[in-house]
Amino acid sequence: MSATDTPKRSMRTPLGRVRNLGAAHSGTSDFWRQRITGVAMTLLMIPVLVIIMMLLGRNQVGAAQILSSIPVAVILLLFIFASAWHMKIGMQVVIEDYVHNEKLKLVSIMLNNFFSVAVALASTYAILKLSSGV
Amino acid sequence: MQVYRWTLTMALSIVHRATGIALYVGTLLLVWWLVAAASGPAAYAHVQAFAGSIIGRLIVFGYTWALMHHMLSGIRHFVWDLGYGFKANEREALTWGALIGGIVLTVLIWIIAYAIGGGR
Repeated sequence: MSATDTPKRSMRTPLGRVRNLGAAHSGTSDFWRQRITGVAMTLLMIPVLVIIMMLLGRNQVGAAQILSSIPVAVILLLFIFASAWHMKIGMQVVIEDYVHNEKLKLVSIMLNNFFSVAVALASTYAILKLSSGV
Repeated sequence: MQVYRWTLTMALSIVHRATGIALYVGTLLLVWWLVAAASGPAAYAHVQAFAGSIIGRLIVFGYTWALMHHMLSGIRHFVWDLGYGFKANEREALTWGALIGGIVLTVLIWIIAYAIGGGR
């Protein structure tokens, strides 16, 4: 499916011809999201470090009490959401650069998605469970 | 590849990827910690015992550095994305800044952590 197969007189627009090409088949959206999530994590870094400092040396009861507070939970949820998305895109770029076997590449990208979603969901579940106090 | 003369920016480009991969794998520790906190005192005590051990401390120290370095190196990329800092001396300065800044922030964070955590 190369762009050169297109006949000279085509109804397809130049944008339509290049869309879905490239290693990721997804244009520049991943590039942009990589940067949004990067900026988000940079802005969240100081609050996250403060939360970690608050938790140091405390037992589970003390830690659970801090983690269940609404601002702490929201900051951590935002950070985890941004991290999971950022690392999913980053690892996909690495896979696309170094894994050249097409099937292995697709399997790797799939496993990368599973891992990133699992990390996000497990962390989110834990924080919500702490927040609901059950 | 032999035709390339290795430059600082090239080496640091690899380090940016390597720290990214390390941070990726390290999220397992973050998940373990949060799930343990949600599970109960026994599970949380396991995490604390691991994090307090020599190996655990080394891993978390390495993780702190990977995070700080990757963040500063990423900010360097933002500067480039915005179209600044492409002159040879600017590239070098940004790269050295990320390298030294990452180490300084890591040590600073651990000093504060010991000052606070040690008091509890």
